[in-house]
Amino acid sequence: MEKFTKLTGIAAPMPLVNIDTDMIIPKQFLKTIKRSGLGVNLFDEMRYNLDGSEIADFVLNQPAYRKSEIIIAGDNFGCGSSREHAPWALLDFGIRCVIATSFADIFYNNCFKNGILPIVMPQEQVDILMADARKGANARQTIDLEAQTVTTSDGQVFPFSVDGHRKHCLMNGLDDIGLTLEKASAIDSFEAKNKTLHPWA
Amino acid sequence: MTARTLYDKIWDDHVVHQAEDGTCLLYIDRHLVHEVTSPQAFEGLRMTGRKVRAPEKTIAVPDHNVPTTLDRANAATMTEDSRIQVAALDQNARDFGINYYPVSDVRQGIVHIVGPEQGWTLPGMTVVCGDSHTATHGAFGSLAHGIGTSEVEHVLATQTLIQRKGKNMKVEITGSLRPGVTAKDITMAVIGETGTAGGTGYVIEYCGQAIRELSMEGRMTVCNMAIEGGARAGLIAPDEKTFAYCMGRPHAPKGAAWEAAVAYWKTLFSDDGAHWDKVVTIKGEDIAPLVTWGTSPEDVLPITATVPSPSDFTGGKVEAVQRSLDYMGLTPGMKLSDIKIDTVFIGSCTNGRIEDLRAAAAILKGKKKKDGIRAMVVPGSGLVRAQAEEEGLAQIFIDAGFEWRLAGCSMCLAMNPDQLAPGERCAATSNRNFEGRQGRGGRTHLLSPAMAAAAAITGHLTDVRELMPDTMPVNA
Repeated sequence: MEKFTKLTGIAAPMPLVNIDTDMIIPKQFLKTIKRSGLGVNLFDEMRYNLDGSEIADFVLNQPAYRKSEIIIAGDNFGCGSSREHAPWALLDFGIRCVIATSFADIFYNNCFKNGILPIVMPQEQVDILMADARKGANARQTIDLEAQTVTTSDGQVFPFSVDGHRKHCLMNGLDDIGLTLEKASAIDSFEAKNKTLHPWA
Repeated sequence: MTARTLYDKIWDDHVVHQAEDGTCLLYIDRHLVHEVTSPQAFEGLRMTGRKVRAPEKTIAVPDHNVPTTLDRANAATMTEDSRIQVAALDQNARDFGINYYPVSDVRQGIVHIVGPEQGWTLPGMTVVCGDSHTATHGAFGSLAHGIGTSEVEHVLATQTLIQRKGKNMKVEITGSLRPGVTAKDITMAVIGETGTAGGTGYVIEYCGQAIRELSMEGRMTVCNMAIEGGARAGLIAPDEKTFAYCMGRPHAPKGAAWEAAVAYWKTLFSDDGAHWDKVVTIKGEDIAPLVTWGTSPEDVLPITATVPSPSDFTGGKVEAVQRSLDYMGLTPGMKLSDIKIDTVFIGSCTNGRIEDLRAAAAILKGKKKKDGIRAMVVPGSGLVRAQAEEEGLAQIFIDAGFEWRLAGCSMCLAMNPDQLAPGERCAATSNRNFEGRQGRGGRTHLLSPAMAAAAAITGHLTDVRELMPDTMPVNA
């Protein structure tokens, strides 16, 4: 997993609430057995016409936002299915950070496993970031994970909170499985105990 | 001892390790696997030389991609990429030695229907799957939730999951349901009340008389859509109905082990005085047959209502409602029961069990679908299909003009050939009405199996109470 420390980039405004994982990556692209290559189909049905041509007014098709690295979104971003293809598609497109007032639980988890930082902020601050993002490509925002701050293009600084374990893994690009396997003896003893207590399990 | 909720009890019994910051390593009793969210996880194991830690607790079945037409044994019924994905699961199941129900097995079906049916899902267990509708298994009083592919790989390799504990929400449905109102209406009513983000960060326990009165099938329907309310998991405390359902299933304990299991399962309930972070109470008798009108599962109204206007909402929802109405091709003020449909889909992990098919068949018996309507029933598993044939339900569907399909996820998410065309409007017993969910441009109205059957007969969304026979089963 790629580390996430500090990012300065273009933020795309997507004020719609309840942006679901079917919107982020429609099911016809879930038939891959790989993790890569999904960026071209990110937001496919909002981004392309049936003939494959681009829908000009969709935010990521506008010249100012084609190289966005941050999305500022409406409430409940990532609701719906557990498909990790959603963060894979975001990452493959180049998105490393999503800021919203709330996220669906599974999507939120999946982001951290893929080097993407989802940030929950209050409505008033998301509104300010959204307005800033609407200024276009020159309005670059800065996300500092170490300091836990978001800085707008005109220098307003907002703090955010993030779980310590997740921050640590993200900043160091750590693989959870490796960390858990260090606790193999605890798993062994749990299994041994459970064999007596709940043998049917 | 401190009073604990059911969730607290199951959680406590599965903590392998707790870090100082509260992050826990939780033991996973059952890991269900399907073809769409697992190939990258198995590939990860291969790349790192890791094994599946507990293959005997890992159960795989292909369901999302598989065609449901009778000719599906013919490989040409699948697209190349679907074929590769199913073949990858075949190969991974073999290579890693996990329990497997291939497409050719009569027990094959939707993973969330197969798990309980085969007795893999039991009270008090932790159950995960790379699928958000894993919440279904909570009906047994097991802590069950969806995970992403990285977590699938984590569970395969370690049989644990890194978790932080969620909050406790109690959803009580008091009293009894009125005739024509079903488990689907309960779960949709709850989402209508709390919104799709209302359950975020919570585990919901559903309780109350109306929940107790549901069959196991109905309880699975309720828990299945906990995720549409934003909750990772929904739970229902096990009782005699739960034990009766589990007894004798292929992977349920037998003899003395069964007695020991039941004794433990009887301790799985929320104690009096347990702490709830949020409580929602709904009167069962106030719930009417419901339908969705928009593109979010929270867009729920009684069938007797009219299409709302964006001006009925506030904040970010105003724009979302306008977008929904444009997408759905609906005008504010229109009666929901005037909405004409093209297609009826009965099936999915929400409503593809035997009781769902009984409820739909009770409405359809001796009747025909309206001319021009495309209607299909997709049983949730090969065994549900066989039972429905034995009970004569299949013949009722066929006589009514429905297609009688083989088991799979089918048109719920349209990864197989069962899809809506742009603009095609569907009355669906599935769980999501998102834009493009059932096919690009497709328009989905969620409802119960009985309501779907009623819509098939009239050709428009219909109050099932107008078509109900006296012998209608009420619980599905």
